[in-house]
Amino acid sequence: MATFELINIALLGILVATAIVITRMRALYGAVMLAALFSLVSASMFVLLDAVDVAFTEAAVGAGISTVLFLTTLAITRSREAQTPRRRVLPASLGALFTGGMLLYASQDLPGFGTADSPVQEHPITHTYLEESQHEIGVPNTVTSVLASYRGFDTLGELAVIFTAGVAVLLILTYLPRQSEEAERAALLLTDYPVLRVVSTILMPFILVFAFYVQFHGDYGPGGGFQAGVIVAAGFVLYGLVFGLDSGRRVMPRRVLLALVPLGLLLYAGVGVVNMLLGGSFLEYGTLNLHHPEEGQHIGILLIELGVGVTVAAVLTVVFFAFAGRRVPR
Amino acid sequence: MIIGLYTVLSHGNLVKKLIGLNLFQASVFLLYISFGKVVGGTAPIIEKGFEVYSNPLPHVLILTAIVVGVATTALGLALAVRIFNAYGTLEEDEAIAAEESDGAAAS
Amino acid sequence: MTAHLPALQVLLPLLCAPMCVLVRHRLVAWLFFLLATVSALACAVLLAVRVSGGRELHYAMGGWEPPVGIEYVIDAANVPVLILVSGIGFVVGIYAKRSIEAEIDRHRIPLVYACACLTFTGLLGVTATGDAFNAFVFFEIASLSSYALIAMGRRRRALLAAFRYLIIGTIGATFLLIGIGLAYAVTGTLNMADLAARLPDVYGNRALTAAVAFTFVGLCVKMAVFPLHAWLPDAYAEAPSALSTFFAATSTKVAIYAFMRFAYTVFGVTLVFRMLPVDTIGMVIGSAGMVIGAAVACFQKDLKYLLAWSSVGQIGYIVVGFSLHSVGGLTAAYLHLVNHGVTKAALFAVAGMLLLRLGSVRLSALAGLGRRMPWTFAAIVLAGLGLVGVPPTAGFVSKWALVVALVTDGKWVLVAVVLVSSLLALVYVGRIVEVCWFREAPATGPVESPPASMVAATWLLVLASLYLGIDPARLDSLAEGAARALLGGAS
Repeated sequence: MATFELINIALLGILVATAIVITRMRALYGAVMLAALFSLVSASMFVLLDAVDVAFTEAAVGAGISTVLFLTTLAITRSREAQTPRRRVLPASLGALFTGGMLLYASQDLPGFGTADSPVQEHPITHTYLEESQHEIGVPNTVTSVLASYRGFDTLGELAVIFTAGVAVLLILTYLPRQSEEAERAALLLTDYPVLRVVSTILMPFILVFAFYVQFHGDYGPGGGFQAGVIVAAGFVLYGLVFGLDSGRRVMPRRVLLALVPLGLLLYAGVGVVNMLLGGSFLEYGTLNLHHPEEGQHIGILLIELGVGVTVAAVLTVVFFAFAGRRVPR
Repeated sequence: MIIGLYTVLSHGNLVKKLIGLNLFQASVFLLYISFGKVVGGTAPIIEKGFEVYSNPLPHVLILTAIVVGVATTALGLALAVRIFNAYGTLEEDEAIAAEESDGAAAS
Repeated sequence: MTAHLPALQVLLPLLCAPMCVLVRHRLVAWLFFLLATVSALACAVLLAVRVSGGRELHYAMGGWEPPVGIEYVIDAANVPVLILVSGIGFVVGIYAKRSIEAEIDRHRIPLVYACACLTFTGLLGVTATGDAFNAFVFFEIASLSSYALIAMGRRRRALLAAFRYLIIGTIGATFLLIGIGLAYAVTGTLNMADLAARLPDVYGNRALTAAVAFTFVGLCVKMAVFPLHAWLPDAYAEAPSALSTFFAATSTKVAIYAFMRFAYTVFGVTLVFRMLPVDTIGMVIGSAGMVIGAAVACFQKDLKYLLAWSSVGQIGYIVVGFSLHSVGGLTAAYLHLVNHGVTKAALFAVAGMLLLRLGSVRLSALAGLGRRMPWTFAAIVLAGLGLVGVPPTAGFVSKWALVVALVTDGKWVLVAVVLVSSLLALVYVGRIVEVCWFREAPATGPVESPPASMVAATWLLVLASLYLGIDPARLDSLAEGAARALLGGAS
C-alpha cells in the first residue's frame, strides 16, 4: 500500500503546485493549459481511486471540451490579465481561509480514507448497488446501473442541465446583429495545415467508431452516453477546426443539430412517460418487458443512454460552433 | 480547493475567475470520490475474481457534478465573450468603471 | 394517472422546454410555456387537495424504493410553495407574451421560453424532491437558465449582472455540494428522510457541523440573504421585465423553502437550533438585512433597483420568522413568503409596463405620471402599501403574524427592528408616490396605455395580494399546516 499512498501524495502535490502557478500567472493561455494539466492529473487520481468512469469524463471534459472553449474564448478576446488590485486580496483571502478552515475542521472527524467500515460503505444502499443490481438490473458496471436506473432521475436532471447550457449559449452568442459571413470565416481555424487535414481525415472514422463503442459498451466497462456524446462532439470540433466551420456546417447542418438538441432529452423523458403508461413509475424501465423486468431494464438503459449521447453530442457541437462563429476583433 | 476559491474571489479578470471556479469544483470532486474508495478495492465493475469494490454512488454524483460544471463554464465563457464585445475588456473593474462613467454622463 | 401527480408536477414543464426548441415558433413556444404553467398549477392544486389533513405523498422515481432511488415527497410544507411558483408562473405567462415581444429580439423568443420553462422546472423540482443531491441538480437547472435569461436584458449591464450572478451562484452551489457531500460521508445516504433518521447517531461530529455550515452558506447565497445578496439587485433590475417579475416572486422563495427543509426536516431542530447557533445568526443577519435593504432602497434612483433592494430587506423578515423555530414564527415566514412573492411580482409587473411605455423607470422619468396613467399608478400604490404593511393588505397580515410570534418569544428588540424597517419601507414607497403624483409632469406627448394582457396580469397580481390581505384565513391555515409539518417532521 505504501506505493499507492506515495503516488497519491505525489499527484496531490502536483495538483497543488499547478493550482498555485495558475493563480499567479497572468498569461491566460498558459493558465488555461495548466488548468487542462490539472484536469488530467486529477483524472489520473480518479483512476487510482477506482473511479474510472469519472476519470474518463474528467479527461474528456476538463482537459478536452473546457480547454477548447477557453482557448476559443481567448482567441476572440484578449489573453493578458491586468494586475490584481490590492483591495481585492484581503476579502478573498478571508473567504478562502474560512472555507479552508471549515474543511480542515471537518476532516478531523471524517471517516479514515479508504476504510471499509465507514458509514458510506456500511449503508445498506451500497450493498444494493453492488450486489442486488446484478439480478435486478444485470449490468456489470454498477456505475451505469446507479446512474441510469437507481438514480436515473438525477441523470435526467443532468441532461436537462446540459440542454439548458446549450440553449443558453445559443441565446447569448447567436442571433446578434452585424455578424457577417466573412467575419465568421476568420475565426480560430487551422485550415492551412495539410498534415493536420490528412491526419484528421484518417482519425475521423476511428473517433466515431470509438464513440459508438463507448456508447454501447457502457454496461460492461467505463463509458456511456455522456462520454460517447463528448467524443462525437470532439470529432466534429476537430473537423470544424481543421476543415473550416463551413465544411463543418455542411457535414452537420445547423438545422439538424438544433433538432437533435431537444430530441435526446425528449427521448429520455419519453421513456419515462412510456413507463408510466405501462403502469409503472416514471423511469421504471422494468415495465418495458413485463415478463422479464431485467430485460426491460436493459432496453430502458440503452434508450436513455442514447438520449444522453444525442443531446450531449449535439449541445457541445452547437456550443463550439457558436463560440467559433464569433468574429475575431481586429 | 482553497486556491481555486481564492482565485475566483480575488481576480478581476473574467476568464481567470472561471478557471478558478473550475479548480474549486475539481477539488470538491476529489473530495467526493475519496469517500467512496476502499483500500484494496477495485473499480465497481462486477467481475469474477474480485471481492472488494469501491462505492459507485459518489462516482455517479460526481459524473453529474462534472456535467453541471462544464455547463456552467460554457455559459460563463459565452457571457465573457459578450461582455468583451460590449465593453472591450475582460476586467470586471474596468467594465464597472465604464458603466459608472456612462451613468454619470447620462444623468 | 393521479398517482403520478408528484412526478407530473415537474415532468410536464420539463417536457415543454425541448418542445419550445423543437418548434422554434414564437407563438407556439409561448403556448408551450403557458401549457407548462397551467398544467403545473393544476397539479399543484390537485396535490394540495390530496395532502390536506396532514397526509404525505411519496413517489419513488424509477420504482426504486428510497433510499436506493430518488423520491419525491409532497406534504403540507411544500404545497404552498408549489402553488406560489406555478401560480406566479401562470400569471407571468399571460404577462410575458407582449412584454417579451417588446424587449427581446424575435429570433431568440422561442429559446427564451425554453429557458423560462427550465427555470420553472428547476424551481418546482427543488421544491418537490425528497433527495438532497437531486435538489442540487434542480437548483442548477434553475440557476443556469436564469443566468441566461438575465443576460437577455436590454442594457449591456445585464451581461455583467448575469456574469456576477453566475460566479456567486456557482460558488453557492459548490458550497451546497460540499455540505451534501460531508453529510453523505458521515451517514452514507442522500435521501432526506433517511439522513434525518441517521444523523442523530453522529451528533457532535465535526464533519457534520461543517456540513450544516456549508449547506446553509450555499443556500443563503441562493436566497440572497444579507450579506450574501450582492448578486440580487443588478440581476433583478437588469433582467427583462417579465422575468424580473417571475424571479422576484419565486427563485429566492424556493431557496428559502429549501433552507427550511434542510434546517427542519433534514438536520433537525435539535442540531440546527439547540446545538448550533443558527437561530441567533439567522436573527442577526435577518434584522440587518431588513434595515439595510430597506435603507438602501430609499436611495435608489431607478424603480427596478428600488424594488430589488426592497426584496433584500423583505427576505430578512422571512429569515427572522423561521429562525424562531416556533409554529408562530414559521407560519409568519410562510405567510410572508407567499404574500411578499405576490406583492413584489405585482410591483415588478407594473415597473415592466412603465418600462415598455416610457423607455425608462428612473424615478425622474416618472414625475407626474400618476395623473396620466391613473390605473397603473393605482396598482403601484396598492401593492406598495402591501410592502409597507398597512392594513388590510397582505403585507400587514404576515408582518402582524411575525410581530405576534416575536412578542410571544419575548424578542422585543426584533419587534423594534421590524418597525424601523417598515418605516423605511414607508419612506421608499412614499418617494414613488410623491414623484408620481405630486411632481409636475414634463411636457411630453400622451402616453399610450400598456397592452391589455399585461394590464390584466398585473391586476390579477394586485387583486390576489389584496385578497390575501382581506381574507387571510385560507392562506393562514395552509401556512400553519406547513409550519406544523416542518416542526412535526423534526421532533
